[in-house]
Formats: sequence, C-alpha cells, structure tokens
Amino acid sequence: MNSSVTSAPWRNRVERKLTIAKAINEAIAQEMRIDPRVFLMGEDIGAIGGIWGHTGGLLDEFGAERVRDTPISETAFIGAAVGAANLGLRPIVELMFVDFFGVCMDAIYNLAAKSSYHSNGRFKAPMVILTAIGGGYSDSTQHSQCLYATFAHLPGLKIVLPSNAYDAKGLLTAAMRDDNPVLFMFHKNLQGMGFLGTVKTAITDVPDDGYEVPIGVANIVRPGRDVTLVGLGATVHQAMEAAGRLSQQGVDAEVIDLRTIVPLDRNAIVRSVTKTGRMLVIDDDYRNCGLAGEIIATVAELGVPLRAPLRRLTYPDIPTPFARSMEQFALPNADRIVDEALNLVTGAAK
Amino acid sequence: MERLVPTATQRLWMYETMAKIRLYEARIAEAYMEGKRPLFNMAKGPLPGEMHLCDGQEPCAVGLSVHLGAEDYLSCHHRSHAQAIAKGVDLRRMTAEIFGRSAGLSGGRGGHMHLFDFDKLFWTSGIIGQNMAPAAGAALARKLNGEAGIAVACIGEGAVNQGAFHEVMNLAAVWKLPFLCIIEDNGWAVSVPKHASTAVPENHVRAAAYGMSGEYVAGNDPDRVFEAVGRAVARARAGEGPSLIEIQTTRLQGHFMGDTEGYLPPDERAAKAALDPLPRYRERLVSEGLLSADLEATIDTRIRRELDDAFEFALAAPEPEGAAALETLFA
Ligand SMILES: Cc1ncc(C[n+]2csc(CCOP(=O)(O)OP(=O)(O)O)c2C)c(N)n1
Repeated sequence: MNSSVTSAPWRNRVERKLTIAKAINEAIAQEMRIDPRVFLMGEDIGAIGGIWGHTGGLLDEFGAERVRDTPISETAFIGAAVGAANLGLRPIVELMFVDFFGVCMDAIYNLAAKSSYHSNGRFKAPMVILTAIGGGYSDSTQHSQCLYATFAHLPGLKIVLPSNAYDAKGLLTAAMRDDNPVLFMFHKNLQGMGFLGTVKTAITDVPDDGYEVPIGVANIVRPGRDVTLVGLGATVHQAMEAAGRLSQQGVDAEVIDLRTIVPLDRNAIVRSVTKTGRMLVIDDDYRNCGLAGEIIATVAELGVPLRAPLRRLTYPDIPTPFARSMEQFALPNADRIVDEALNLVTGAAK
Repeated sequence: MERLVPTATQRLWMYETMAKIRLYEARIAEAYMEGKRPLFNMAKGPLPGEMHLCDGQEPCAVGLSVHLGAEDYLSCHHRSHAQAIAKGVDLRRMTAEIFGRSAGLSGGRGGHMHLFDFDKLFWTSGIIGQNMAPAAGAALARKLNGEAGIAVACIGEGAVNQGAFHEVMNLAAVWKLPFLCIIEDNGWAVSVPKHASTAVPENHVRAAAYGMSGEYVAGNDPDRVFEAVGRAVARARAGEGPSLIEIQTTRLQGHFMGDTEGYLPPDERAAKAALDPLPRYRERLVSEGLLSADLEATIDTRIRRELDDAFEFALAAPEPEGAAALETLFA
C-alpha cells in the first residue's frame, strides 16, 4: 500500500492556498451540489456561518431545509441524523466542541456506531459528525479537550483528523461518500481562524475539483532514517518543526501524519519503525489508555527490532487548566519533541 | 396573586449591585481587549480564552439573589459574573480566577466559565444545561439532611431545549425538592433566535408538564423579578416544591467578546441600547425619591473602591507554577 497520496494528480493550474475552514466549506458545498441527499445541521451553522468559519454561504446557496440551525438539543439532532441516514439521507451534523459530546454520547456510541452491526448491515448510517478539538488558547477544562481516543475506543465510528487544508477537503469528501458514520475532527489552532491563532503550515494548496483522500491511509510528510515521529493534527506541525531542528543536530527524523485514527494505518507505522528503529509518538490527547499507547503496542507486539525503547509524548492525565502557565506546561510542543528525540537517538532515554 | 414589594433597602441593594456588575464587566472588557488589538486573538493579552459578558441581564441576578442566603445553593452557566457578584462570591478571588492567578477561586484552573466558591455555595458549568441536575441534588441534600436552604439553577432560554432540563424538572417535581429553575430569556442562543429553537413562545407553560408552578416575568425589571422569585422561594422554603420562572432580559453585547452579531436583524440591533435596564431602574429610584445625587455618588465611590481593590489584588497575585497543573485532580 502506498502511504503517500498527497501527490494526487490534478491538472495544471495556479496554486491556490486555502485554510482548513475554507477547504471544509468547499468540500461541503461541492458535495451538496452533486448529491441532493446531503444536508447539514448543527448549532450556529446557518446565518453566522459556523463559529469556526466553515459553513459561511451554505445557507444562502442551499436554503434552510438543507442547512438547518438546530436548538441546543444534541441528543435529539445527532440521534435524528442516525434515523435520517438510515432512510437514505446523508447528514452532516456539527457539534461545535468535542467537549460537548457527553450530553449525547448514547446517540454516538449506541445508535450511530452500532447501526450497521446490530442490524446485520441493513441500517447503514452514512453520516458525518464535525467537531472542533484542542486547546492552547486558555479555554479551560470544558472547551479544550481532544478526546479522539475516547471515540476510537468505541467500535463502529471512523475517525479522521486532518493536519492541513488539502487533507481536510479530501478526507471530508471521502467521509461524506462513506456509508458509515465518520467523526471528522478539526484542530482549532489549524482551522485558519485568526482569533484562535493560526498555524501557517496548515494553510496549503487545495485543488478546486472534488477529490478524496482515502480514509485509513497515513502520510509520510518527511522521510528520515534515525527516528520516527508519529503525529496527527496539530502535533504533525510540532513534529515537523522539531524535525527541522533535529536535522541541524545531525538527526534525520521521519514524520508520519496519521490523518485517520480509525482505521489506523498500522502498516505505515510499522514500516517506518522497521526502517528507523526508534519511535516517538506525539499525542495531544490524554495519555491513559490512549492512542499513543495503542501505537506503541502495535509496534511492540510485532517484535520489530529496535534501537531504543518506544516512547510517547502526550498530554498528561489532567483536565486542561485555564491559566496559561499551567496549560502550556501540559501541552506537547516542538522543544519537548526535540529533547525526547535526542534522548532516543543518543541513548540517553530513561 | 399575592403582591410582594421590595423594601427601600432591598431596592437600593439591587440598584447598587446592578451598577457594580456593570462596572465590573466594563473593567473585564477593557482588560480582555488588552493585547487583542488590532488583531483579535483569544490567546493574547493578560486575560486569554473566551469571555461572555452579561450586560443587560443584571435584573435576573439581583432580583434572585436578594432572596438567597448563605445556606442556599446557586448553580449557573457560562454567563455568570452577575450571579456570582450578586451571591456575594469573593470578588478578589473571583477576579484573580478570571485572570488565571494562583490566588483565584480555583488557583487559576477554571477561569471565567468555571467559577466555584464553596463558601458561597456558588457553582458553574460551561456545558449547556448541565448545571441543572447538581442543583437538584443540592436541594435533595438539604431535604434529606433536614436543613434549611434551597437550590437554584440559572440557565439561558436556549438551554431549555437540552434533555437535562426536562429530566431535572420532572425529578425535582416528583421529589418535591426545594428547587427553583430560573430561565434568563435574552432571546438568543449565540446566533439562533428563540423562535427558531423553542416550540412555545414562553417557557413558563412548560411548568404545567411537570406539575409545578411557572411564571414569565416581562420587562427585564428587578422589582418584577423580585416579586416572582420571592413567591417561588417562599414556596420552596415552605416545602411546597419546585418552581420555574422565565425572565425576559436583554443581551446588550454579543454572545462572547469578538462576536460582531452580524446575524442580528438591523432593527433589533438598533433597538438594543434602549432596552438597557440599568438607567431605567436608576431613573425610577430617582423619581421615587429613593436615590439622590449624593447617594448615587456615594454608591459609585464605594463600587469603584471595591473594584479597584479586587483588580489590584488579582493582578498583584502571581501566575501559578506550570507544575501546579498536576495538583488537585483527586481530593
Ligand atoms: C451541550 C452544549 N452544547 C453547545 C454549547 C455551545 N454553546 C455555548 S453557549 C450557547 C448558547 C446558549 O444560549 P442560552 O442558553 O440562551 O444562553 P445565553 O448565551 O443566551 O446567555 C451554546 C450553543 C455548549 N456550551 N454546551
């Protein structure tokens, strides 16, 4: 399997840089134009155009039947998306912050995620759930979580998490065309909304045609020989920054962008570690029973020959504190990645 | 219905508290915008993160809290500075918390949306509707312990469409809890108007579905709030069970700071300033001879002194050590 599809073929054209917000918007609009079954619902997605700036103009183009502002009734509208999807529609539902899913978790993990399985494949649930993740701007305990591992633990949901605008458009298009429930998570710092601070490297060239980035295929964003850095979403950008600095110190890091959490591209990870013999997983979600542990277990149980212990740099097992000093203490960053990677390569790892 | 009229002292307290809340929010707004001009970035400046101001909604807080004592529990939402101040939450430590300082109510862990003051039995949650059930639980604790004290949950009119609201209302009614649900109807949930989200024009009719008393308070007027809440509090204290009160109010600013309210119909935008309840109440007290220019000046001085003290205390307090993030996860 080829891990890299960023070199997707597109026609000669002028480069066009988009933010993830704009890429999401374009993917939804294009799919709604060609597929009348697709509709959108959620809080503040209509007149205001989404508080993350990605649904602007959709209400004007498609009208209030297909772009529906909902009451703050997540149990009702996410559960309703399952029923609508079962009967042939293809809803995209948004719940602003992943932190809010607690109020409607049953709709996610007992209704959406199990629809196909317990109906023996008869009731498909082709729906996309959009939500924002991540902190770093002092939004405190109930508005800064990532929680992707929480959802990954529940069988029946596909989970994607783009790190850049190209992948965002392609993954969302693939998600809308998938016959399963797909949780599409976007990291606030990458969204391209100035008020959240913007990681510039997430703003990339995006083809104007519709295209898919396949769900379940990781991307080697930087090849290297000495150590594998595995990241996703925001941590890909931290890993790339770290890799740049490491190369000045003679360490050649390979960086993997997972792009999809479920299904996880285990082959790409194992292939890379087989080559480098060292791995550091960078994960901005909670540590305990988390994604980083899963990735490490994947490599460990295959008995890949290693040159250093497998390591993870994660968000610790505490809620996200408000005060900047405490939040920055807890979050992964490029400095820490450099330190950890150097320790691995020089054998100083504890 | 029995008339309940606030005393002169109560009315002056409501006025002064409304004025204090308004000035407090002005200072918070000023500090919040520091470092966020000309480019607005939530992470920048001495006060990062989201900020929801409550300008215009002061009557709900004061008309409620004037009836509450130290033994009464109050749980609120994301827009709760008014209730915190009216309930008597320590202003120094609350301000320190909002600035993320170690001397804050939660040592800087919670910030503006998570204000917890155990001494004042004040509690908030930023997840819509989820502050309801703990208030019912607090009411149950009072009842089972045979203690005095009631519990109140404040929510927005948008929060009424949350499952938790309906479940808690029913539970409070079947258990006949000393509980009160206050809905602050400012007409908007971020960009969604009430008529687009709520199937009935006024939520007080929903009380009938739970077999409890419900009332709508029009006019955003502290004296009217005082009256309606007073009756409900008396019923709760007398063991007659819970009540629902919806208070018409106005969100004078955007949903959060940075919201330019492009979704507001132009006529509604233009009409906003005239709906400010503070000058209206002030004029009434002046015209009734309760408030003189001298008294107003005295009140203003007193407020400014208290706010100066709170902000000085907060800003003089150190930021927490990063590693303090690891503390207090478990009691
Ligand atoms: C469960 C949940 N869903 C959505 C949100 C996002 N959100 C925060 S405030 C708000 C609107 C609340 O409206 P209302 O209850 O009327 O209170 P107001 O802001 O008008 O004071 C929304 C949708 C949230 N915090 N929690």
